[in-house]
Amino acid sequence: MANDYKIILEDVAKSFGGNKVLDGVNLEIERGESMAIIGQSGSGKSVTLKCILGLIRPDRGAIRVDGENITDLSTRDFERVRAKFGMLFQGSALFDSLPIWRNVTFSLTQGRNQDAARMRKIAEENLERVGLDAKVLNLRPSELSGGMQKRVALARAIAPRPEIIFFDEPTTGLDPIRADVINDLIVELVEDLGVTALTITHDMASARKIAHRVAMLYQGKIIWRGPRDRLYDSGNPYVDQFVQGRAEGPIR
Amino acid sequence: MTVIFLNAALTFFGSIGRVLIAAFSAIGRVSIFAWTTVSRAVRPPYYPARFFEQLLQIGWFSLPVVGMTAIFSGAALAQQIYTAGSRFNATSTVPAVVVLGMVRELGPVLVGLMVAGRVSSAMAAELGTMRVTEQLDALTTLRTDPYRYLIAPRLFASLVAMPLLVLIANAIGIFGGYFVAVYKLHFNPTGYLATTRLYLDATDLQMALVKSCFFGFFIALMGCYHGFRTQGGAAGVGRATTDAVVSAFIMILLSNMIITLMAFG
Repeated sequence: MANDYKIILEDVAKSFGGNKVLDGVNLEIERGESMAIIGQSGSGKSVTLKCILGLIRPDRGAIRVDGENITDLSTRDFERVRAKFGMLFQGSALFDSLPIWRNVTFSLTQGRNQDAARMRKIAEENLERVGLDAKVLNLRPSELSGGMQKRVALARAIAPRPEIIFFDEPTTGLDPIRADVINDLIVELVEDLGVTALTITHDMASARKIAHRVAMLYQGKIIWRGPRDRLYDSGNPYVDQFVQGRAEGPIR
Repeated sequence: MTVIFLNAALTFFGSIGRVLIAAFSAIGRVSIFAWTTVSRAVRPPYYPARFFEQLLQIGWFSLPVVGMTAIFSGAALAQQIYTAGSRFNATSTVPAVVVLGMVRELGPVLVGLMVAGRVSSAMAAELGTMRVTEQLDALTTLRTDPYRYLIAPRLFASLVAMPLLVLIANAIGIFGGYFVAVYKLHFNPTGYLATTRLYLDATDLQMALVKSCFFGFFIALMGCYHGFRTQGGAAGVGRATTDAVVSAFIMILLSNMIITLMAFG
């Protein structure tokens, strides 16, 4: 059965100093599935993502991508795995010293100035996918609004046609309408490109729209997982309190 | 009594120990950072365009401030030597002291400090901002090594730019001294230049170049190291910038002293 899973987390743990952030996370994500991890700020969502991306090395446990344990790969071997990944950062994390088209094609050139004409073309195609036209090609990231920056970041993440895309709080900092536009785009891209998606968010509307399945992270462990339709009748008091945004409850 | 005394001694030695451990672990982290940069930079992909961009930033755009520093210092130095020398009939030492003082000490150190103020701070602020806005993580996820793409070009550009800047500053500094000596203190221009040439030795220039290579290395290393490890938003960037400049200053002055003492040891 393991073959059906794109990503498997087995007992992943990570501490910073004496602070246990992840305390044995277990999670399986199927090929082509869109999974959302919800949880409070500081519950370890970002750390989970960074462990999979290889930005942080977990203290314990295994992370399997296509069956391969990536936790003990060398820097050079990890490069090969990273080619499967695309990532949308919370603050977009566009390179403000480069024009938009260089940003979008960055993973293809790895930052070198080559094939300008072909790269502009590729940038244009990818920007079109996220609903931006060629007018922005030569602008700098700081000249765009937050929502447009998010789209450019999305175009940058999909440009190398990754097999897995990670979304870190994709709607944070956007107004509800722009947030929904981004949600729609993510749903569309995940379907069209046939990728596996993992989103971390505390925006319930976004989680319900983007994800097929939702998992909740609390105190470094996955305490609940289920299809998105069960999110509001999970029968789990922690999930109930979180999705309804109540101050009273088991979480304090 | 003995217990109180022992406790006081433990606290005292404990605090010394903590400072030492912190210092050594910092040295270890900087060394690992430098080694990682150099060992990755020797393997492709290379970024020549980034290197030349940095060379322009560090070398060319530092010229005005370096030139001013050198001419003012050379001029002031000539006047000081003249005033001090006149107390024991030694005003004729002005050209010799200006050229040696400038080339061996003041040139490299002052240029080092000025460039550190300009460049280490800018590097720390830029890389620190990239860290807190997740641009460094983004680079990694886009399969680009920040050490090769960001750090190595800065390190090598600084290493190349500093010797050139110091040579230029030395020439300008000597000219500053010459200017004051000839037009204010009425030295003979031909004689002044002849003495200058007589005292200027290849080993002095060698020393200036060795020093400036070390300084260039420390300027970029401190800027990049502190920028790279930035934590905690805007305040963190501020701290990183301050730490970069202060540690670059200390490394410049310390290595300058060690090189000077070793050269004449």
